[in-house]
Amino acid sequence: MAETAIEVRGVGKRFGEREALRGVTFSAAPGELLAIIGPNGAGKTTLLSILAGIRRADEGEVSRPPGEIGFVPQQAALYRRLTVAENLRLFARLEKVPDVDATVERMLDQTGLRDRRDDQVSTLSGGNQQRVNIAIGLLAAPAALLLDEPSTGLDPRQRERLWEFVLGLAGGGTTVIFSTHNIAEAERYGGRLLVLADGEALFDGSPADLHAAAGSDGRDFEAAFVAFLRAKGH
Amino acid sequence: MRWLLLKDLQILRRSPLVTVLLVLYPIAIAILIGFALSRGPEKPRVAFVNHVPSGQGFSLGQGSLDKSAARAQLCAKVECVDAATVGDARSMVQSGDVLGALILPRNLVTNLNSLKGLTASQPYVRVLVNEEDPVKAQLVNDRISSLITKANLKLSKAVVGTAAGYLNLVVNGGHLNLLGQSFDILGLRKAGAILSALDTRLGPSNPFAQPLGDVIRFADLARQNLNLAQPILSSVAHPIEVRKQVVSGSPPSLDAFAIAVAATVTLMFVTVLLVAGSLALEREENAFPRLTRGLISQTGLLVEKVALGMVASLAVTFVMLAGLSLFVDIAWSRFLPIGGAILVGGAAWAAFGAAIGAAAREVRASSLLAFMISLPIAFLSLVPSGTVGVGIYHGLQVFRALFPFHAALNALSAGLDSGASGYGPALLHLAILTLAYGILARLALRRFAT
Repeated sequence: MAETAIEVRGVGKRFGEREALRGVTFSAAPGELLAIIGPNGAGKTTLLSILAGIRRADEGEVSRPPGEIGFVPQQAALYRRLTVAENLRLFARLEKVPDVDATVERMLDQTGLRDRRDDQVSTLSGGNQQRVNIAIGLLAAPAALLLDEPSTGLDPRQRERLWEFVLGLAGGGTTVIFSTHNIAEAERYGGRLLVLADGEALFDGSPADLHAAAGSDGRDFEAAFVAFLRAKGH
Repeated sequence: MRWLLLKDLQILRRSPLVTVLLVLYPIAIAILIGFALSRGPEKPRVAFVNHVPSGQGFSLGQGSLDKSAARAQLCAKVECVDAATVGDARSMVQSGDVLGALILPRNLVTNLNSLKGLTASQPYVRVLVNEEDPVKAQLVNDRISSLITKANLKLSKAVVGTAAGYLNLVVNGGHLNLLGQSFDILGLRKAGAILSALDTRLGPSNPFAQPLGDVIRFADLARQNLNLAQPILSSVAHPIEVRKQVVSGSPPSLDAFAIAVAATVTLMFVTVLLVAGSLALEREENAFPRLTRGLISQTGLLVEKVALGMVASLAVTFVMLAGLSLFVDIAWSRFLPIGGAILVGGAAWAAFGAAIGAAAREVRASSLLAFMISLPIAFLSLVPSGTVGVGIYHGLQVFRALFPFHAALNALSAGLDSGASGYGPALLHLAILTLAYGILARLALRRFAT
């Protein structure tokens, strides 16, 4: 049986009368890149916030506690008046990592922002802010990293550099679970896809499997995705 | 939690405008209050026209009044601006250069002297006022009325003293100087004694014994009644005496109260704005979900913000008090009670600010809300009893109990002045408010991240 980094079983969440998530089940292996896609209101952010420990699930369970999972919110959660190094140091102390200085230095190398370490975050580009944002999620060396629409608001070049960074993390054995609206990005970087619609997991498999499930010719992934949703009544 | 506190102080240091405001605001308040306390109330300017001829004098008993004495006495409580004529004085009043004009007519001393004779003429002074502004008119009226009332009181005291002297002469006898001549007055007491001796010699069978006895009884009765007249005359000089009794409160000195008001206002604005803004900033920087997913609890975050408010309030209020000490004496020996009042007051305001920040959720909205709420709280907390209706005042008392201003003012007043009471109850009140607003802030945080 394949090793799993995180396993989610039957997770459900209600907001009043509305059922935001319904029996969502999946697992991810170490170093795997899992893309969560779906139309607006599908429950992507709700699912990630439950895995991150920001919200509590009404039912179901997650194999890892929130403390063992890194979380990177959609918008950079950084103090703009602090420098890159000060932000990393602050969150490293709050995470109670054993060697704060060494961890900060490692993250500066990993993000490629060593030369900007003493710059206030407000002076960084959106792409660099997102790299610091991700680095903070990695401070405690989590087994799994959650990215909520990480490339939103970035230009193509910044997006490419960001994904290089994320692929490097996965290559190092970190499980990366990301949500995105960008279907092409999900096909390109997601080794596996989890399709959510109206709080329900409709599909769990590779991009090629989704093409097959949608009966597409394998050329236009976005068209295949839309066709799949339509076929499922969404 | 200490790392978050250090982070907030670091951010504060990197926000030059906020830091400058936090330093300049208490200094500006200190200078304003300091000037107000050290200069004291200004004397109102009154034009003064003195038509009393030189050389004329008025004396009564031991007191005397001439042209220069009249000016000295009347100008003791106002700043007299000499005017040569009534026309000049009128121009000065009309132009607003002076609040009013006081004119001593030529016949003032003559009329005062006539009070001593049988053909008394009423002495008077003339007053010119400009009543274009009702508030100013009331002020001028009050000042000049007070001035004339004091002069009249002095005069009536002198008249009473002289009259009492004459009565004493009639009762007990003595010397009287009148128009340069000296007279010996026998007095009723001695006259009664002489008549009694004569009555003994005449014997009861003498036909003059009966009328002599009537005269003796009259003299005795007259002496006793005139003796009673002396205290009555004294009471005429002071018909009503004020006997003040404090039934509630042990107020601080006026200086301590003014300093406490300035400190409380500073404490309120700085702490509420800072804490409300700092908490809202956690949401605007998107850090709140990241922090509260296990790095720190929501309650822990609130405690950190209250601690930030306490640190800032302590620093800023002591800067303000240090500035004020250039103008007025501050009892630095009472450093601990002052510091305690600032810390506990700062905690209550910080919890209040946290509740505002948690409810408003945005830095700008929280700053605006904090300002709009704080201002009426300060205003309504300073309304004294007796200036509004009973029902409204009772409502205000409930209002004051709900917000930290009044309790912080009491704590600071008592901290600054050992003579003022209520330090302990004020601190307890502030501690309860800190807890209450902390709970409100915690409840508001439930929807903070959404």
